[in-house]
Amino acid sequence: MQSISGWDTVIGLEVHVQLATKTKIFSGASTAFGAEPNTQACAIDLAMPGTLPVLNKQAVHYAVMFGLAVDAEIGKESAFERKNYFYPDLPKGYQTTQLEKPIVGRGNVEIQLADGSTKNIRIHHAHLEEDAGKSLHEGDFRSGTSGIDLNRAGTPLIEIVSEPDMTSAEEAVAFAKKLHSIVTSIGICDGEMSQGSMRFDVNISVKPSGSDKLGTRTETKNLNSFKFMEECIAQEVDRQIDLLEDGGSITQETRLYNGETKTARSMRSKEEANDYRYFPCPDLLPVVVTDETIETLRRNLPELPDARQARFVKQYGLSDYDADILGSDAGMSVYFETATEKSGNAKLTANWTMGELAARLNSEAISIANSPVSAEQLGGLIARIADNSISGKMAKEVFEGIWTGEGSADEIIEARGLKQVSDSGALEQMVADVLAANQAMVDDYINTDQAKRKKKLGGFMGQIMKASKGQANPQQVNQILAKKLNELL
Amino acid sequence: MYNLTIAELVRGLQSKAFSSVELTQHFLDRIAALNPDYNAVITVTADQALKAAIAADKRLAAGGAPALCGVPILHKDIFCTKGVRTSCGSKMLDNFIPPYNATVVENFEQAGAVVLGKTNMDEFAMGSSNETSFYGPVKNPWSTDCVPGGSSGGSAAAVAARLAPAATATDTGGSIRQPAALCGITGLKPTYGRVSRWGMIAFASSLDQAGPMARTAEDCALLLSCMASLDDKDSTSIDHKIDDYSASLNNSIKGLKIGVPSEYFSEGLDKGTEQAVRQALSDLEAQGAELVDISLPNSGLSVPAYYVIAPAEASANLSRFDGVKYGYRCEDPKDLQDLYSRTRAEGFGEEVQRRILIGTYCLSAGYYQAYYGKAQQVRQLIRQDFTQAFEQVDVILGPTCPSPAFKFGSKGDDPVAMYLEDIYTIATNLAGLPGMSVPCGMVDNKPVGLQIIGNYFDEALMLNVAHQYQQVTHWHNLAPEGIA
Repeated sequence: MQSISGWDTVIGLEVHVQLATKTKIFSGASTAFGAEPNTQACAIDLAMPGTLPVLNKQAVHYAVMFGLAVDAEIGKESAFERKNYFYPDLPKGYQTTQLEKPIVGRGNVEIQLADGSTKNIRIHHAHLEEDAGKSLHEGDFRSGTSGIDLNRAGTPLIEIVSEPDMTSAEEAVAFAKKLHSIVTSIGICDGEMSQGSMRFDVNISVKPSGSDKLGTRTETKNLNSFKFMEECIAQEVDRQIDLLEDGGSITQETRLYNGETKTARSMRSKEEANDYRYFPCPDLLPVVVTDETIETLRRNLPELPDARQARFVKQYGLSDYDADILGSDAGMSVYFETATEKSGNAKLTANWTMGELAARLNSEAISIANSPVSAEQLGGLIARIADNSISGKMAKEVFEGIWTGEGSADEIIEARGLKQVSDSGALEQMVADVLAANQAMVDDYINTDQAKRKKKLGGFMGQIMKASKGQANPQQVNQILAKKLNELL
Repeated sequence: MYNLTIAELVRGLQSKAFSSVELTQHFLDRIAALNPDYNAVITVTADQALKAAIAADKRLAAGGAPALCGVPILHKDIFCTKGVRTSCGSKMLDNFIPPYNATVVENFEQAGAVVLGKTNMDEFAMGSSNETSFYGPVKNPWSTDCVPGGSSGGSAAAVAARLAPAATATDTGGSIRQPAALCGITGLKPTYGRVSRWGMIAFASSLDQAGPMARTAEDCALLLSCMASLDDKDSTSIDHKIDDYSASLNNSIKGLKIGVPSEYFSEGLDKGTEQAVRQALSDLEAQGAELVDISLPNSGLSVPAYYVIAPAEASANLSRFDGVKYGYRCEDPKDLQDLYSRTRAEGFGEEVQRRILIGTYCLSAGYYQAYYGKAQQVRQLIRQDFTQAFEQVDVILGPTCPSPAFKFGSKGDDPVAMYLEDIYTIATNLAGLPGMSVPCGMVDNKPVGLQIIGNYFDEALMLNVAHQYQQVTHWHNLAPEGIA
């Protein structure tokens, strides 16, 4: 247990994962993100009278795949129930979800911590359900307007419920990142956090160090970034400890965290909580998953992040650190492998993928799946670095060109005439010309102590690179320059 | 023409004795003239009907027209009809025009039927007297101071008054059979899952089932052939072979084992009704059937179990009517809570509100097991009763309801008395079994219904029994005074 001044923290997560099916869980409407409001809601999603749900088999398969990925029991007969509450973005007045018989039972997820240790986090269960729509408000109820967008209504979700096995923000975030890594690796979720593809509810309580009795917990809902989760947990743990140390008590409540203002507030207390009146949904039959289906899905389950990281070390000779970063992100790992195939140099490709590319994508908030520089293009660029066609510095310029759509590395190198000059005859001539044109510098070099001469080389290099418009191969120039100057001594 | 059966109308249309346009106009005229007396039809789609009739005549002329081509029918206003108001008998949906057809509506369209309009009904199918309709009560053509039964009272009265040769209906606890009995017509509730529920506004999803109403079993066979389908839009639609319901109508019923449950002839059954039903049993015995005394020991539990399960499901099914997306919305709501509570208080009638409250209570934390959980156990017992009974007999016969049509307002202030109207019909809904009602006598000049309950998917056998009975009796041919 990790304790903060005499207190232990206990954290459990409920994670909503939007499944990457083309259509909704109970209707044929598209699930694509970002369309005009209410253009992707059909009669079923709008809960028009007389409409009925038909279960999307792909959503069931995706849920089973998640279960297999976390080594969980699969519910061979699961069932849907209705969770009743009124809200404008919940068109039927109930959410179709699973309670008594979820599709995924107990499972396990191993997380890695900063100190290199690992920890097992238990999954309590995961169930299938439908997402709600979105309410958008402007002004107050009377003078303002409230809009409802039902495009999201009916998007398939799995809700993953963990055991309260985490004891710090670090562990909670590591667990959240691991789930992100798993669901994107097996391809059941696009992992786009900013679009709400994964949302986290965090249950937090504290108790005196070593105590067996759990404290009263609060639930902070709908966090959609790892950073917010970390901040929110730290803040909530502090708040609870302060309250208890001042002789107060914790109210069981649902809270909301605002990532922009970095403040949290109470949304409703336990007393105000709804009685959801769950009961079996009579419009849907029990969901039966056969052993055959389970085995087929198990056989075809894509590589899991742990296995992939190990493979990256073995196959590409990457360091554990690099393999960890590249292997944990599904998009990045696919990108890396595609680019490496083209570049023929894994180490350089790893550096570029995690360095230049990741930084640029990050600063422009673009996901790797939408990268303006494709994996093939980056591979092509790295191939030219590897064969010394261009220098590392020029490669950055070429990268910029690819980013802005000028074409492939080869096209840009050709068009801009950036090809590195490695022809020794041409380079010798270039060096000779520079030396001839800078007699004062040559004299200075000759008259300098041998120990300090090396520093003077930079000046010649600068002149030569300038004369070659940066195209001279620096290693070769260095050799030729040293040789020629030595001849003058 | 209005006294012809569908079987006769089909022959007349195909032999060009009359055209669909003539037939359609004939019934439209009857609706215009007589409906004000009964209030059975609440929407008349004259223009669409005549257009459809013209198209049907063309298809008939071209040859190879589908089974019901040119035959006029009415739809209960619980079935969504594209572009035509579908109110479900409620103020809540008084302005609702669906952009889609129910599968039942679609199936009739495919079969070439001509839709004359939509029939009145108890609000959201909740009622046994048609007194809960937002559009006012339907009057029983046999006695206009009496109820037609419900909830499919509009469909039953329309068929009895010959405003249409047939109508669609739905049955959640007896809503086809009880009004059929009270209006002296033939009605059939199929096995749960036989007819698609897509586009049929839900009352209690695990009990609701659509079926036909007509004057004869032979007509019901024709109509059911059209209604029954496997529908991938309804997950509870069952993939089971669809019989040729007309083909077996004339089979002999010699040796047929008819179960007579003692519980259906006990206290509370009107004497005249009992006599009529017992006479019907004798008539069938005379045709060679064998009567077998049976027991359905848990029958007494069916009404209480039903009035937990049906309202529980309804309480969720009716949550979508919240004033946000379509339908009625209260004037000038001051906040969200006010929008919800006033929309629903103003848009729903008293009986619907009562059932939503009962259902909500039954599902509440702390009460769920005692009510909903228990009711589901009872449902299982009732199913077992029937399973055991059908090991001994082929069909089960008894009264459809305890007494003939009652006067308006006579049960209005006692919901439990009203709920007991369905005491003989509810069990089949809980078990998912098919049931039908056939006219079998008159008491005080009001019709009495004989109920035929079959095993799962035995509709063909039930129709066969009913048709054989109608070959030797005349009750189904009687018409209310002034009608024929």
